[in-house]
Amino acid sequence: MGMTMTQKILAAHAGLDSVKAGQLIEANLDLVLGNDITTPVAVKEFQKVGIDKVFDKSKVAIVPDHFTPNKDIKAAEQCKFIREFAYDKEIENYFEVGEMGIEHALIPEKGLVVAGDVVIGADSHTCTYGALGAFSTGIGSTDMAAGMATGKAWFKVPSALKFVLKGKMSKWVSGKDVILHIIGMIGVDGALYKSMEFTGDGIANLTMDDRFTIANMAIEAGAKNGIFPVDEKTIAYMKEHSTKEYKVYEADEDAEYEKVYEIDLSKIRPTVAFPHLPENTCTIDEVGDIKIDQVVIGSCTNGRMEDLRVAAKILKGKKVAKGVRCIVFPGTQKIYLQALEEGLVADIVKAGAVFSTPTCGPCLGGHMGILAKGERAVSTTNRNFVGRMGHPESEVYLASPAVAAASALTGKITNPEDIQ
Amino acid sequence: MKVQGRVFKYGDNVDTDVIIPARYLNTSDPQELAKHCMEDIDAEFANKVQKGDIIVADKNFGCGSSREHAPIAIKASGVSCVIASTFARIFYRNSINIGLPILECEEAVKGIDAGDEVEIDFSTGTITNKTKNETYKAQPFPEFMQKIIASDGLIKYIQQKA
Repeated sequence: MGMTMTQKILAAHAGLDSVKAGQLIEANLDLVLGNDITTPVAVKEFQKVGIDKVFDKSKVAIVPDHFTPNKDIKAAEQCKFIREFAYDKEIENYFEVGEMGIEHALIPEKGLVVAGDVVIGADSHTCTYGALGAFSTGIGSTDMAAGMATGKAWFKVPSALKFVLKGKMSKWVSGKDVILHIIGMIGVDGALYKSMEFTGDGIANLTMDDRFTIANMAIEAGAKNGIFPVDEKTIAYMKEHSTKEYKVYEADEDAEYEKVYEIDLSKIRPTVAFPHLPENTCTIDEVGDIKIDQVVIGSCTNGRMEDLRVAAKILKGKKVAKGVRCIVFPGTQKIYLQALEEGLVADIVKAGAVFSTPTCGPCLGGHMGILAKGERAVSTTNRNFVGRMGHPESEVYLASPAVAAASALTGKITNPEDIQ
Repeated sequence: MKVQGRVFKYGDNVDTDVIIPARYLNTSDPQELAKHCMEDIDAEFANKVQKGDIIVADKNFGCGSSREHAPIAIKASGVSCVIASTFARIFYRNSINIGLPILECEEAVKGIDAGDEVEIDFSTGTITNKTKNETYKAQPFPEFMQKIIASDGLIKYIQQKA
């Protein structure tokens, strides 16, 4: 029996010729990641192990991005605690405010992940790097601590679902609509414990930013990882951002998949997930009249250049509707600078939106855009659970940057096709 | 090992944002987290829960964020076990890693109601509903995970291996 792409990467990192679904293995890690929420707990666990060094100073990354710039005294204390740990252990990839970004935008941009790697991160959206043809998955703080200590992690080899993408997306449709469509189709536990392997001719029509967005939300279907094959675009991205050696793995032709789904990209419409689950999707044509109070454009899902470009294109020369707060936050400092140089920041600010420093803040109801009781937001983030962005009786509608920007102009959920 | 307690029952897709909202994640102190455990889905939980009590929920329990604060908050609130039809995978790992007992058992989830008095024997995986006089059998853990549990969590397990 052949192996999936994920299984091949895991086998290679476990020193095995082959693995099969359900097998428990111990794999060598190429990167162990944490943020300012999960790393403090990991450091306390690491200290219990009783060793004074991390397994490899160049293979640990710590990115204080959730409650930074520090939102309150407790957050500042947590950041101070992990900063001291990073300096003490001489962690090479510690990114302070000023050079940090939202971790899953930052780590690929810094070239710290390449195809064929095995990455664990104490953040559920670590699955983002599957866009590069790496196996990457979210774990908790204790796994992060063990990973920092040993350079290894245990995994149950996942079975897989195959998504064959065909055709080309129409204007105003992006990777966000593709992944929301898929989650709507299979549900928030549709890929529980499994890999989501994307394949098909349509992938050539997806930009790297589209692929990062799609892989990013694999966890929203319960998946262990999402993964894309490596093509010319992947290689160009890696050459631009990294000096690390990459390795290309391909699924065997006789690899076993529990289910195969065919997705015609040309038929996907702008898609919105209603509260309070990412699977509650409908197309923009079915949305109806939904008034909003806030728009959030950014996050590890949609805070990359293309996201800001499409938002700025829609907002340029127009005004955010009265009574709507529109908050735009780029994924990294590099993206911030490029957005400045391209004039996007000016377009966004002149439209009456705010442009923030990179932070996870609003996405998880941390800071920089909390919702009051009864308020509604359209957000390009990844979760719309009860209380996710603030008050337990507030509502989050997940959508693409195009839908979010169009909605900011009208004050209700709006099809970008309807904006002239 | 046996535990016994009263059941708090929830539905599908109980996510980590309702188990412990992010607005409380500026601390990792277990007792502080326990004060807000389940707050956005069950405001009375933290006041009512007693040591030994059991959470029973349907599918995909613990979906969402990787925050280990979620199983930490549940454990610190005194809960002795979480039984669900299925668990989200990161929550599953985190619970084993920190030593919060969890069991997958669809039959138990169907049979048990809120407020039932339930006893769990971890050595056999037998769940006894004392209120309804029923028993259910949970899936046993793979041997490898049993070793982590027997070592009282992942950190002690790797200490022993070193």
